[in-house]
Amino acid sequence: MNDSLIHYTLHLADNAMILAQQNSAWCGHGPILEQDIAITNISLDILGQARNFYQYAATLIGNNATEDSLAFLRDNRDFKNCLLVEQENGDWGRTILRQFIFSNYQYLLYEELQSSSDEQLAAIATKALKEVTYHLRWSSEWVIRLGDGTDESHQRLKNAIEQLWQYVDELFINADYENELLKENISVDVSSLKNKWLEKASSIFDEATLQIPQNVFAKTGGKQGIHSEKLGYILAEMQFMQRAYPNSVW
Amino acid sequence: MQSFIKKYYYGDIPDDNAGGTNNIIQNKDEKNWSLWEVFIRSKQGLDHKHAGSLHAADAQMAIENARDVYTRRNEGVSIWVVESKYIHASNPDDAESFYDPSTDKIYRHPTFYDLPDELKHM
Repeated sequence: MNDSLIHYTLHLADNAMILAQQNSAWCGHGPILEQDIAITNISLDILGQARNFYQYAATLIGNNATEDSLAFLRDNRDFKNCLLVEQENGDWGRTILRQFIFSNYQYLLYEELQSSSDEQLAAIATKALKEVTYHLRWSSEWVIRLGDGTDESHQRLKNAIEQLWQYVDELFINADYENELLKENISVDVSSLKNKWLEKASSIFDEATLQIPQNVFAKTGGKQGIHSEKLGYILAEMQFMQRAYPNSVW
Repeated sequence: MQSFIKKYYYGDIPDDNAGGTNNIIQNKDEKNWSLWEVFIRSKQGLDHKHAGSLHAADAQMAIENARDVYTRRNEGVSIWVVESKYIHASNPDDAESFYDPSTDKIYRHPTFYDLPDELKHM
């Protein structure tokens, strides 16, 4: 049970950590000053969630593990993030769509996780839900804005859908550690979230004049530690300092 | 969840008379987003104060940008935005006739009353 809880907590942390790292690359490159600040704010929010989960995982693991060692010294295969968050930023439309897919999922997940029998996870979820509510609102509006915007923005969002939709299903497939923890009411049954997720996505896509793709072949594996090569590049950049200069601090 | 493109107007101004954008983007060819002035209320009971300005395509985006740009450090509990073009200002050239006449009229300040000692905090 303890192993499953550690894996689950790391999964939640890694999802947030990798997306935060990806979004932070927009810092100084946003399409306009205000949106540069918005996306990096979101990045910081998610980083804060990752820290909370890592800190909790570190206490579960013991053995001198810290939030830093978990973020900066684990290898590719130890990361349990879903494949979606390791996909490239691409253009603004793709970053927006990735955020919308993820925030929509995270909102439903945290809503349920609030009533987890694990008090620590429940508390983190309650705190994070307020942030995610805003992320969902912000990214939803941008999906509408771009989808129902110019021909160019519409086309870019369509491209993003084509690239990212294959990673949606993985969010809603329980990993073995999730199944294990379901018995004790600790984890959220993610398969039960999909209908609500689709409902929300459809209503936003309707406004955005976009179509939800059908019959997309789903790629999976990230939650078990089997990643695309993209995660390697992300970790190489993210972990460089701690690997090159162990125990360095600000 | 709330609907996303909903406008909130202060007071009882009817929608069609209100400034700002009734349509999402007034001019689709417009390359530059318009300028908005942001007013933040820092606490319940205080007034909204001018915080600065920013660019946004519509009112909804202006409020969210204001939230992200001006309330990140816990500065506010309420935000107003208004498109800068709807703000009318006095002309600096009028300053003499506008403001100077009041400088020598100290009798307009209520400082010439004898107050009973019981009155505090005046």
